[in-house]
Amino acid sequence: MIDEKILKSEEKAIYALRALYKKYGYLPFKMNKFEEYELYLENKDFLVSNRIITFNDTTGKLLALKPDVTLSIIKNSEDRPGYKQKTVYNENVYRVSGRTGQYQEIMQTGLECIGDLDLYDIFEVLSLAAKSLGLIMPEFELDISHLGILSALLEEAGGDEAFRKKASSYIAEKNTHDLERLCKAAGIEPEKAARLTAVTGIYGERKTVLKKLLPLCDSRAAKAAWEELKALDALLSLSEFSERICYDFSIVNDMAYYNGIVFKGFLKGICEGVLAGGRYDKLMQKMGKKSGAIGFALYLDLLEENKAPSAAFDVDTLLLYDAATPPEEVWQTVRQLTSENLSVSAQRAVPEKLRFRRILDLRKERA
Amino acid sequence: MINIALPKGRLGEKVYAMFEAAGYECPSIKEESRKLIFENPEKGVRYFWVKPSDVSIYVERGAADIGVAGKDILLEYEPQLYELLDLNIGKCKMAVAAKKDFYDSGDSTLKVATKFCNIARQYYASLGREIDIIKLNGSIELAPVLGLSDVIVDIVETGKTLKENDLEVRADIVPISARLVANQSAFRFQSQKIEEIVQELKAQVQKV
Repeated sequence: MIDEKILKSEEKAIYALRALYKKYGYLPFKMNKFEEYELYLENKDFLVSNRIITFNDTTGKLLALKPDVTLSIIKNSEDRPGYKQKTVYNENVYRVSGRTGQYQEIMQTGLECIGDLDLYDIFEVLSLAAKSLGLIMPEFELDISHLGILSALLEEAGGDEAFRKKASSYIAEKNTHDLERLCKAAGIEPEKAARLTAVTGIYGERKTVLKKLLPLCDSRAAKAAWEELKALDALLSLSEFSERICYDFSIVNDMAYYNGIVFKGFLKGICEGVLAGGRYDKLMQKMGKKSGAIGFALYLDLLEENKAPSAAFDVDTLLLYDAATPPEEVWQTVRQLTSENLSVSAQRAVPEKLRFRRILDLRKERA
Repeated sequence: MINIALPKGRLGEKVYAMFEAAGYECPSIKEESRKLIFENPEKGVRYFWVKPSDVSIYVERGAADIGVAGKDILLEYEPQLYELLDLNIGKCKMAVAAKKDFYDSGDSTLKVATKFCNIARQYYASLGREIDIIKLNGSIELAPVLGLSDVIVDIVETGKTLKENDLEVRADIVPISARLVANQSAFRFQSQKIEEIVQELKAQVQKV
């Protein structure tokens, strides 16, 4: 039996999440540590960072330490009409950290639902995302956006690729002031620019957001996306975590790969999003697949930020013995203490850095 | 309690004045002392002064919930933050400057001295121009004067320093001003208070 007290928060999370995903029929996907570099080269914009650790295998083939798991799962997926592949993984990935600019090993767990998706599948994945966050910490927030609405508004506004890219980055920053200036400089019609700016600031309780969004969704594409969001909202209201799920239109994943629902999860006290996901049918198409797909990843390494205060002592008892102490006596004392659920460190001298509650001295030579 | 990182120096004093006028005063901040943190529990705010280029780090890492940083720093380091408001103070521009007699024929690699390597790299990449970046930490204006670089990319406020060193602005890259930034997670868990501060500061900006 594992004593939960000795587990770190990320280790506890792995066990709890594995049990959760299993309940919903998500099957584990164990993959090779390495992947052919070509897979990432063809889809490098999908990756968080395009700097990848590569090496040659024994036959000279260029391999990479996995910077991402989703691409490998898609590569191994099959298009089967009516069928849904529900996969869960727990892997280490290797990426350059945006903060430090150095390579980092990141512990990632996540799930992917690939196949003929319907509204229930989207709801199930969102609901599992919320449950995952709730399992780790009661104070969390899951924020959802719909790229269908954003891309329709950007499309309506016109402007070239550079404009759309810049506008998307301002929307992601909730930066309405620079977005207004950008629209003006690009000659976007004031009414269309106003809609883009308005959607940037939209965040909060779902029903209120839906009301605010409706007048902004003029085009057929935007309205269809709004309808999907509304239908989803009815299901989300049934979730036990309904009040912790909000809409936030500053969530902008790369529209070349993602479409539809995208989302991000936050835990109180952790300074950045710990969960990210979305629907990525466009990536599937780029990889020659016909199925739809939605999934998310949880970055468990970030849970380290939420360390429990360290205990005042490393061990309860420092047990000192010397050459004259019979080893049987040391063993019996250790066994007695551990059976009382006390931790003990048997040593011949007091270790410099060990913090202990009390000393038990079995040394005979001194006596 | 909202933790607010303010940039040390003249700009920071102007920024604090805006917070004070917006109703988030903290009288102890004006007292002569070596204290680093100032708190007004009644108003639910805690201020601390940090080096201007460090504000975005404090906010991105969550040590501060919100802060005020120059757009130059935000463009250079690209922290993952929300940029909620342009405070319209500390206005200047990021520009390319060169010696008055420098002629850029465009047929060789341009030597660019700057403290803002990322901004310079992105600007010249947008022009498709090959450059050799020389990272300096201060006295950037000296580089073209001594022949270390062809041009500089730097902040220009009044242009007086450029003029005194026989330099002139050749191109404007981007206007700069102080921006109110927020930590992405804090924005969610303290959204009501942060939105309230944004609205109050917005009213102050309109008065400026």
